[in-house]
Amino acid sequence: MFSYYLQLGLRSLRRNPVLTALMVIGIGLGIAASMTTLTVMHLMGSDPIPWKSDKLHYVQLDTWSADNSYYEDGRPPDQVTYRDAVALMEAGKADKQAAMYKLALPIQPANKELKPFRSLGRVTYSDFFAMFEPPFKYGGPWSHDQDATHERVVVLGKEMNEKLFGGQDSTGKTVRMDDIDYTIVGVLDDWKLRSRYYDLTNGAFADPDEFFMPFTSAIDLKQRSSGNNSCWKSSGDGWDAYLDSECIWIQMWVQLESPARLAEYTAYLDSYVNDQKKLGRFPRPLNNRLLDVNAWMADQEVVSRDVQVQTGLAFAFLVVCLVNTVGLLLAKFTRKSGEIGLRRALGASRREVFSQFLIESGVVGLSGGVLGLVLTGLGLVAVRALYSEYKTVAHLDWTMIAVTIALAIVSAVLAGLYPTWRACRVQPAAQLKI
Amino acid sequence: MEIRPILSALMRSKVSMILIGVQVALTLAIVCNALFIIGQRLDHMNRPSGMNEADTFYFGSSGFGEGFDAQAAIREDLATLRQMPGVASATTSNSVPMSEGGWSTGISLQPKQKTSTADSTIYIVDEKALDTFGAKLIAGRDFKPEEVTDLVFGDRLRPSVIIVTKALADKLFPDGDALGKSVYLDEDPPTSTIVGIVERTQQPWMSSDSIENSTFVPAYMPYGNSTRYLVRAEPGRRDEVMKAVEQKLSESNTSRIIGKVRSMEETRAEAYAGDRAMAIILSAVIISLLAITALGIVGMASFWVAQRTRQIGTRRALGASRTDILRYFQTENFIITTLGLVVGAVLAYAFSLWMMKSYQSPRLPWYYVPIGFLCLWTLGQLAVLGPAMRASRVPPAVATRSV
Repeated sequence: MFSYYLQLGLRSLRRNPVLTALMVIGIGLGIAASMTTLTVMHLMGSDPIPWKSDKLHYVQLDTWSADNSYYEDGRPPDQVTYRDAVALMEAGKADKQAAMYKLALPIQPANKELKPFRSLGRVTYSDFFAMFEPPFKYGGPWSHDQDATHERVVVLGKEMNEKLFGGQDSTGKTVRMDDIDYTIVGVLDDWKLRSRYYDLTNGAFADPDEFFMPFTSAIDLKQRSSGNNSCWKSSGDGWDAYLDSECIWIQMWVQLESPARLAEYTAYLDSYVNDQKKLGRFPRPLNNRLLDVNAWMADQEVVSRDVQVQTGLAFAFLVVCLVNTVGLLLAKFTRKSGEIGLRRALGASRREVFSQFLIESGVVGLSGGVLGLVLTGLGLVAVRALYSEYKTVAHLDWTMIAVTIALAIVSAVLAGLYPTWRACRVQPAAQLKI
Repeated sequence: MEIRPILSALMRSKVSMILIGVQVALTLAIVCNALFIIGQRLDHMNRPSGMNEADTFYFGSSGFGEGFDAQAAIREDLATLRQMPGVASATTSNSVPMSEGGWSTGISLQPKQKTSTADSTIYIVDEKALDTFGAKLIAGRDFKPEEVTDLVFGDRLRPSVIIVTKALADKLFPDGDALGKSVYLDEDPPTSTIVGIVERTQQPWMSSDSIENSTFVPAYMPYGNSTRYLVRAEPGRRDEVMKAVEQKLSESNTSRIIGKVRSMEETRAEAYAGDRAMAIILSAVIISLLAITALGIVGMASFWVAQRTRQIGTRRALGASRTDILRYFQTENFIITTLGLVVGAVLAYAFSLWMMKSYQSPRLPWYYVPIGFLCLWTLGQLAVLGPAMRASRVPPAVATRSV
């Protein structure tokens, strides 16, 4: 019976091609608008490291001035000072810990055919690799010992290794950066990060880091961060005064394996800050925070307000499209009252009439869904063209394709329910009189 | 025109009426708010940077290693740049408007003031800055070459003279007597004297709430081994000069890298890419929404006309003119649209309230809703015109036919 009703449905849709097209386009546009914005929102905000996002915590300490809070609403600053970062690293109270900052360095390739170029990377500690789990193609991270001995070693990103060594295993070789030779200990494989969640201060959708090197050796070389630096009071002259200052320019992450460890670390931070208060630092009330990955992403509004507003409007638009479809289906089915009356008089039950028309609206929904999927693809191309930084989040994945199709069918069937119900309430006698 | 028969006819097809009404209501709410957001974005994008954007470009230079003499390189590079054909003016500057990266500091009127009087961006430049930026001096004087000092990054910033924008001058000294006054860039003396005021130079950050608070400080101050240069080309020669400059400076000193050379126009486009995208996306939503609603009205009206063909014939046979039939459908549409619009007005303000609560956006100005009323009334009348014309052409003889 299903295939017969399907045939009937298709034939009926062909009979009013304009009306059918109107309904299909309506659903298609509504679906496309909602799915395009929903995809971007979903990928932007999705958990970048679901298997351990509740164990990684971002350290915030309120080192700011007594007179003004860092954020107007009183949240603590988004970065820490050098002295706090180093103190927390040296204490080593967390299961794993990594302070880090963004660094731009000139790269001087040994291959003279390549011109020197500027590269953006990250200065951090060995634990970074165990915490954020970038995949290695060759070699591995540097060791804790190498952190301690301020070794001049480097881990290259995949692209940088392609550029300098044609993608060969370059571990053990050296790369010259800012007139210093660094020994390559590891090369990363493709690290597909939707957002660079470990450094939201310097842009969640910035380009990926091209190299990683020990924090300790970069500090030896007086390499200043090329990321954000904020000070609430002047630091005095020179590098040592800067390191000793209240300027914040370092991101600090810790890995804590259990809620109990989190509680312990929270207590440790409180006691650390209270000790510092005795030295005349931390003029503000105790205001430490240890947000996990997802909470930190929400706090820093990784899903931008614009994307949220667009998604809201797109769904309102889908509602309009659906209401429109209800109206058009109602018009269409009402015109078929005569036909329905005839079928009912010849013995078809209400249930049969109902399923026949529901299939017809289902077909409209499916066609609208397919059109919507195609338009969503186009919509995402448009989003990538409009927002160059959203390259990594404007892509359809299988989940989103399935959601699109499901949304289309559910919407069309929902839109078809009322008209169908009305259609099968037709009294055979009333229609056959004329 | 008799309204009562229309109303009683409408009451017999409540569902269809509600469907059109709901569409109109949602359309009004979305269109008003989307238009308002687009308007805000366009205002944002139209803010002047205070620069000659058409002819100006900038780039960075990063030297290698500890042996690199960044201070000497700045002087050499500026001399090279200023001799190049097509270069109208060149300066060094740590940052430029709209580039989203720079230096900001609080400016105070007293030493160790608890909360600074104004926040300002700091442009660290030499004596050719105003000319290169294209900033218009409205009071006082420009920097003198001997006022440009050598500074090491990380040293405290306490220049003897500064030039500020009018916005900053007015914020610091609301009485309008900023020229010649001394202010604190650091918590301690010495102070800096305001020797000049320029009309306008924007900060680098587009979301700054004091975007025109800028200060020029005369100094050669590289960031480590890195420096940034701003160049204004002679009118119409920018692209040619951009290429020549990159070539020339790369060759003149090989122990450094010349970064990407970017025009101010490119920088503006990037800075406002988000606003532009939002405006385009919302425009697309508005157009699709209006089209869908109009087509929905056409579809529904056509259906009503088809359904009532016999009644129309009867009315015509009983003496109604074509205009009467046309008016009937137009009035019917007007009533439905108006009902929808009234609900829509409430929705529009509710949506605006939600935006105010969730995103601190400003209140929807009152005139958007009446304008939306006019637009949707017009849209409704245009949409119903086709089906209504068809209805008016139904011949009276139809009434006598049985099918």
